[in-house]
Amino acid sequence: MTRTITIEGVTRIEGHARITIQLDEQDQVRDAQFHVTQFRGFEKFVEGRPMTEMPGIMARICGICPVSHLLAAAKACDDILAVRIPSPAVKLRRILHMAQLVQSHALSFFHLSSPDLIFGMDGDPTTRNLFGLIRRQPEFACDGIMLRKFGQDIIGLLGGKKIHPAWVVPGGVSAPLAPEHREAMLRMVPEAYQRLGRGLEYFHEVEDRYPAEVDAFANFPTLFAGLVQPDGLLEHYDGVWRFVDERARPVAELNDPRRYGELIGEAVENFSYLKFPYFKARGYPRGIYRVGPLARLVVGQRCGTPRADQELGVFRTKLGRAPQSSFHYHWARLIEILYGIEMIARLLEDPEILEPHVRARARPNRLEGVGIAEAPRGTLIHHYRIDEHARMVWANLIIATGHNNLAMNQGVKQAAERFVRGKKIQEGMLNRVEAVIRCFDPCLSCSTHALGQMPLRVELLGTQGEVLDVSQRP
Amino acid sequence: MKAVSATAASLTLNIDGQDLSCRAGETILEVARENGIAIPTLCWLEGLSLWGGCRLCLVEIAGSPKLHAACATVCTEGLHVTTNSPRLTHYRRMIVEMLLSERNHVCSVCVSNGHCELQSLAQKLGVDHVSLPYRFPKLTVDNSHDLFRMDHNRCILCTRCVRVCAEVEGAHTKDVKGRGILAAIIQDLDQPWGDSKTCTNCGKCVNICPTGALTHRGTAVGEMVKKQEFLPYLTLMRGCGK
Repeated sequence: MTRTITIEGVTRIEGHARITIQLDEQDQVRDAQFHVTQFRGFEKFVEGRPMTEMPGIMARICGICPVSHLLAAAKACDDILAVRIPSPAVKLRRILHMAQLVQSHALSFFHLSSPDLIFGMDGDPTTRNLFGLIRRQPEFACDGIMLRKFGQDIIGLLGGKKIHPAWVVPGGVSAPLAPEHREAMLRMVPEAYQRLGRGLEYFHEVEDRYPAEVDAFANFPTLFAGLVQPDGLLEHYDGVWRFVDERARPVAELNDPRRYGELIGEAVENFSYLKFPYFKARGYPRGIYRVGPLARLVVGQRCGTPRADQELGVFRTKLGRAPQSSFHYHWARLIEILYGIEMIARLLEDPEILEPHVRARARPNRLEGVGIAEAPRGTLIHHYRIDEHARMVWANLIIATGHNNLAMNQGVKQAAERFVRGKKIQEGMLNRVEAVIRCFDPCLSCSTHALGQMPLRVELLGTQGEVLDVSQRP
Repeated sequence: MKAVSATAASLTLNIDGQDLSCRAGETILEVARENGIAIPTLCWLEGLSLWGGCRLCLVEIAGSPKLHAACATVCTEGLHVTTNSPRLTHYRRMIVEMLLSERNHVCSVCVSNGHCELQSLAQKLGVDHVSLPYRFPKLTVDNSHDLFRMDHNRCILCTRCVRVCAEVEGAHTKDVKGRGILAAIIQDLDQPWGDSKTCTNCGKCVNICPTGALTHRGTAVGEMVKKQEFLPYLTLMRGCGK
């Protein structure tokens, strides 16, 4: 008799999701699926709103990475206005973006994923969470919290508030940087380096404990995609969108964001509200690709900042040019935090950062625009069409987690095949299946952020849908 | 006994326990404001004709079982007025809740966020949630004007724009169509604002609007700050007293 195991409420991710694992008669995994069970409808309800409101509305998609949506939306609007925004405004937007990268990656690594690494995948689920971490490793937990604070404080100083700042507007930013805020940000930089340094040290202590997980956490060849500067430097705000193969060789490049539809298509599956983008040239589902910190480090030649490049050297010496296991997203994330801090410091030292001219004003000069930015989780695309009165008539958003959807589904199946077997289902097995998802740091854009204390309901279902067994996580 | 003319022109009344005097013909709201007693309003504006539509300035008058709009009630000798009581707060909150639920007021993404009279009033009255079901009507945004924007989702039909346009600017571009829940602000003969032949582009309607319904075109979230320096001169601008 076949059975289905449902992990209802995947924990320590951002949003609502469910995993089902189907077992065959021999209790071997036949299939596994990752379902995104929430529906937002942003693309629909923005219809009719004035275009200039888009950054503010789209930022509300998420409380963790609102800056990415702000930037992608503002870039799509810049495209519609057909303006070149002032150089200081670009730099200020980049600082805001880096601050968010630091805080979001810190949240993913320290708060959500490190409990698995520190307590072990089979650790007691009642303590294998942020609060357990605070008790066991208070300094490490504090480093994570303070790195988030570093990023959030910078966002607050630039944008007026830490979450959903309305400071990024079509044509630039709404206010220049105040000198005293610049000084305040620069004062925070040394401590951020120190805290991240400790986090990296600790990561290197524990990373080798998980060879089986490295082997089975979405470890398969795929394409990688990410923004990159034309000369190969790591990029998050602008540049070209490049696809590379499993050996980091370029296969396609997008210079004009408006033509993204030539590179990727979007498939729909009936088990998830999240669409499945794929690389068109390889078809669906063979056109599987990954985005996010790991993909960016594979796509880019180097970071372009000394500390991050040094750590990237260690990363590549150990793992090669294009690591295939998604377990390595964690390390890539830490390298990007380092890069983010360095870039913030570099941009703040820029002589024109305090310039007052930070906004270009224009009327819409096109009826369509596309904005691409790298969110912490990967490439984010906003595509808008407006009417002659600058009101939205259509929007399409391709979010980072969407790009990774195919890879996450395959990864869940791979981990389930490796770790879930036998009649007795153990919590640690299922936690590994969830931990694959956490590697990708999916943002399912919801107001609920579970802290590992959300009840995990596992149901074993018979072929007729009858419940054979239920276990509830405490 | 017939009162002498000097006393006929002035009256005495009591507002919130304070004995006050006023000129005959003054409203309760005017006397209260002259004496520093705050009564909330949305549709009333000094210099424009009386509308009495928002009902936020309701007050209690001793001896009368019903509530009275302070903006539209002329003082009489010996009135005992209460401007603040649990009953009044309850009704005022309910009015604000009804305004918020009637159309689509989404403060967080509104261009007037942080600079909105309705929002400030809701905060002052402690409206932390709306107990009535939202109607979520499907309303349009008129973005056809070169300079300004009309967002019907944020309109509370206070008619300040209609009155300032007709009484101060003398254009009477704006008016109200429909009745009750279907009422809406229109331009000329219900045309897109950009097609209006009578609009002089003066912008008074935009700056006098208490919410994000009338704004400058091209403003982003929270950016719309109304320029209201001309408000104290409305009476002069209107040129005919009150």
